[in-house]
Amino acid sequence: MTEIFGFPIQALMGQLVLGLVNGSFYAMLSIGLSVIFGMLNIINFAHGAFYMIGAFLAWMGLYYWGISYWWSLILVPLAVALIGIAVERTLLQWIYKLDHLYGLLLTFGIALVIEGMFRHWFGVAGQPFDVPEGLTGGFNLGFMFLPKYRAWVIVASLTVCVGTWFIIEKTRLGSYLRAATENPKLTQAFGINVPIMVMLIYGLGVGLAGFAGVLAAPVLQVSPLMGSNMIIVVFAVVVIGGMGSIVGSIATGLMLGIVEAIPKVLYPEISSTMVFIIMAIVLLLRPAGLFGKER
Amino acid sequence: MTETFLTINRVRIVVLLALAMAVPFVTYPVLGMTVLCFGLFACSFNLLLGYTGLLSFGHATFLGTAAYVTAHALKAWELPTLPSLALGAGAAALLGAVFGLIAIRRHGIYFAMVTLALAQMMFFVFLKAPFTGGEDGLQGVPRGSLFGLIDLSDDTTLYYVVLAIVVFGLWVIHRAIHSPFGEVLKAIRENEARVTSLGYDVARYKLLAFVLSAGLAGLAGATKVLVFKFATLADVHWHVSGEVVLMTLLGGVGTVIGPMLGAGVVVVLQNELADKVGSFVTIIIGVIFILCVLIFRRGIAGELNELRRRVLGDARSGSADGG
Amino acid sequence: MLKGSSIGLCVGALLSLGTAHAEITDGVVRIGVLNDQSGIYAGLSGPGSIWAAKKAVEDFQPEKHGLKVEVVAADHQNKPDIGSSIARKWIDVDKVDMIVDVPTSSVILAVNQVVQEKNKVMIVSGGGTADLTGTACTPNSIHWTYDTWALANATGKAVVKTGGDSWYFLTADYAFGQALERDTEAVVLKNGGKVLGKIRHPFPGTDFSSFLLQAQASKAKVIGLANAGGDTINAIKQAAEFGITQGGQNLAGLLVFISDVQALGLNAAQGLILTEAWYWDMTDENRKFAQAFTAANRGAFPTSAQAGVYSAVTHYLKTVATLKEDGDGAKVVAAMKATPTDDPLFGKGTIRADGRKIHPLYLFEVKKPSESKGPGDFYKLRATIPAEEAFRPLEDGGCPLVKK
Repeated sequence: MTEIFGFPIQALMGQLVLGLVNGSFYAMLSIGLSVIFGMLNIINFAHGAFYMIGAFLAWMGLYYWGISYWWSLILVPLAVALIGIAVERTLLQWIYKLDHLYGLLLTFGIALVIEGMFRHWFGVAGQPFDVPEGLTGGFNLGFMFLPKYRAWVIVASLTVCVGTWFIIEKTRLGSYLRAATENPKLTQAFGINVPIMVMLIYGLGVGLAGFAGVLAAPVLQVSPLMGSNMIIVVFAVVVIGGMGSIVGSIATGLMLGIVEAIPKVLYPEISSTMVFIIMAIVLLLRPAGLFGKER
Repeated sequence: MTETFLTINRVRIVVLLALAMAVPFVTYPVLGMTVLCFGLFACSFNLLLGYTGLLSFGHATFLGTAAYVTAHALKAWELPTLPSLALGAGAAALLGAVFGLIAIRRHGIYFAMVTLALAQMMFFVFLKAPFTGGEDGLQGVPRGSLFGLIDLSDDTTLYYVVLAIVVFGLWVIHRAIHSPFGEVLKAIRENEARVTSLGYDVARYKLLAFVLSAGLAGLAGATKVLVFKFATLADVHWHVSGEVVLMTLLGGVGTVIGPMLGAGVVVVLQNELADKVGSFVTIIIGVIFILCVLIFRRGIAGELNELRRRVLGDARSGSADGG
Repeated sequence: MLKGSSIGLCVGALLSLGTAHAEITDGVVRIGVLNDQSGIYAGLSGPGSIWAAKKAVEDFQPEKHGLKVEVVAADHQNKPDIGSSIARKWIDVDKVDMIVDVPTSSVILAVNQVVQEKNKVMIVSGGGTADLTGTACTPNSIHWTYDTWALANATGKAVVKTGGDSWYFLTADYAFGQALERDTEAVVLKNGGKVLGKIRHPFPGTDFSSFLLQAQASKAKVIGLANAGGDTINAIKQAAEFGITQGGQNLAGLLVFISDVQALGLNAAQGLILTEAWYWDMTDENRKFAQAFTAANRGAFPTSAQAGVYSAVTHYLKTVATLKEDGDGAKVVAAMKATPTDDPLFGKGTIRADGRKIHPLYLFEVKKPSESKGPGDFYKLRATIPAEEAFRPLEDGGCPLVKK
């Protein structure tokens, strides 16, 4: 059998496919973070908390109201977006003119409060959530066993990522959104309601996090801590990709998932530190990230 | 004008010192020492954020590195207390130089991200290094004695030693800020391009500030080992780097004593609320964060200064009217 | 009842002959429940442990023994410095006499120092570092419910004996994970099994698929999970997704609590092999306790750690009532070691010279959803490890209190 680094090539293929799945999660989470930063100039530390809310709402829907996974996939992101909009209207809108630091700190505080409340209500042990009917089992790819659910994660997240990119870059609404954030005064003068555009962007961004949360519920522990475990890595993905760049987030998310797959085989202990090593190197060589423009 | 300001300042320092000296009689000394250590840590952080405009998101590394080095020196090498502290602070300063050299080439949020990345790498190093004891940490570190004369095992005695160390640290910060060096730092914060155009080597000033800040953060971490007799991974976790931002912001960015007050509030909340509200601690800290950003951006010291300025200003204008 | 207390009084009188100052310091016995109420170990200890301590006090009926007992509690947030300063404040200012529960190894070792220095009592239930009865043992500490060595030994031995003789480890790259792996590996090898490989994963981890795939490829019969809490839950959830158990491999959880199984659901957890010191559905007394617990804790079932807190507090109060003294921690612990334990949940047991509480351990297998008769019906008993074999032999721990 062919080997790379003393490791059978078939097994390595399997690892790369799994890396792609992780990368899909990173991409979906970082795209929202990136859109919010690019347009609102806010470093949204509460992103992980919204991701967690997404997973919890999916669980609550199933457990309390009998809402199936498939309905959750549509309803939960909307609900999370509404919660996000409420947060934006009550708290965030007052600090757009301030330094980045304040946005970071405010959203950090918001994350602490949201997580604290969920901890208080549900404890931290987590909630059971099974893989939905129809996506159990898997495909035998020859070199690996790929669970159907993982394949679905790749498909769903890529669709959503590309959809987001399309809405923002290619549609009329998207052009309003971009205009509203790039030159608010002028856009207002054209009769577009800027605050509503900003609000929608925040809703869209955290709604995507909520969607990722629903996707994660069947495979990860549904616990109030799940968001804070994820946020720092996603943060790094956005920085590597170039803050505010949508394409950068998608590409970097997928790439990082795949790059991480290699140390997971060769030196597993370092796999979660890998992203920071990459971030440090990228920032030293390309200060604005791989796809970013220096501001 | 300068004269009165200085006297007021002196009076304030004496009052604060007297208050600090009285702490062991009012509450238990360990809480006081914890506040002092984190206070010095926050003040050192503020030297960067408040006076140079650099947000380091990896400052826990310096606290933790010094803690590990000091603990190792005391426990394994059985060095005397003061050299161990110096060794810890020195190690932190050295690491600060390395971090600084890499990070100061970037600005704003990217600077913060580089420091975060480096700090995460150091976390990994400490996790894997054989001498740190993994997440159990280095436990049972002896406090030793001062010059072989003063035994430090008594909490109250140690409190005054810690107070002396922290006052020394604050004095260094004070001197740095009020020196020509400090003026350049403040100028960099306000307008970096202009300072460069005036012919200053901005990178060198920033690096010096970073090293100084790291060394003092290290001094805080080293002193903390004496208080708790252990050094663990919790000290190098990024949560601590986040906490120090909260302390500084809460106390007042860019004020000398503010971060100390902020540290006091956070530490007292964490310790005193822990057995009163249980799991609500994090929610309360989160709410404080939110209120700070939305309403009290000047922080405790900033708001107090503002209040004093108003009162004094009014009084002065009143007397002018009278005369 | 009357008879019992009068005997108690006599013993108390005898014991107190030697000490003139024997008394309850400041008239109140204060018990501090120090644990994680918001982080990763809040599920296995947390608020449930506070409830268990209060329940133990209530059931003990202190007023009948002429005692006044108070329970205080604090969240150490898994930070050793916070745990250590709370312990100091409790002892110095609030006159706490005994600290109980204490999950998280680093906090245990930190509080251990404080308690010894101040000569009070610490009884660990939620935490697992076997060092507490080894190199770090003190005359002031007792380790109640479980430890990493005991779990590793019980699970390892039983699994090898039932045919699971080739292992692959998924280990949290932290001291407790490594201790679990080391002790399990030793027992597996000793019983004629072999270890095909191991992976040290970062802690905390979220994605285990890559590691599971490697474990799957190793063809080992048993995949040992030397991790805890969220890591174990994620690993098991993803193992179910990858069809690891359907493929003929078994999962052995080396540190799993019923709270974890409840969080997983039986669909994902079925077939998991694990060791616990206590399970609610074993005796009528346990079921009664569990019923009250579940009603008061939002449907959660009591973990062995929480039951251990109940048991530990009961034995402590009995001893203090007999001694009529709570100020001298080492003396209380010595008396606790000298008296056999007996309580509704853990039954009869003893405490060894190194502070190790001795009782049987149970090897369980998680039921299939079809076998479960209702909420909380999670385990079937596979084997009982008798008390004398369950824990690390006294002479192997390296505890300085044990004279060779």
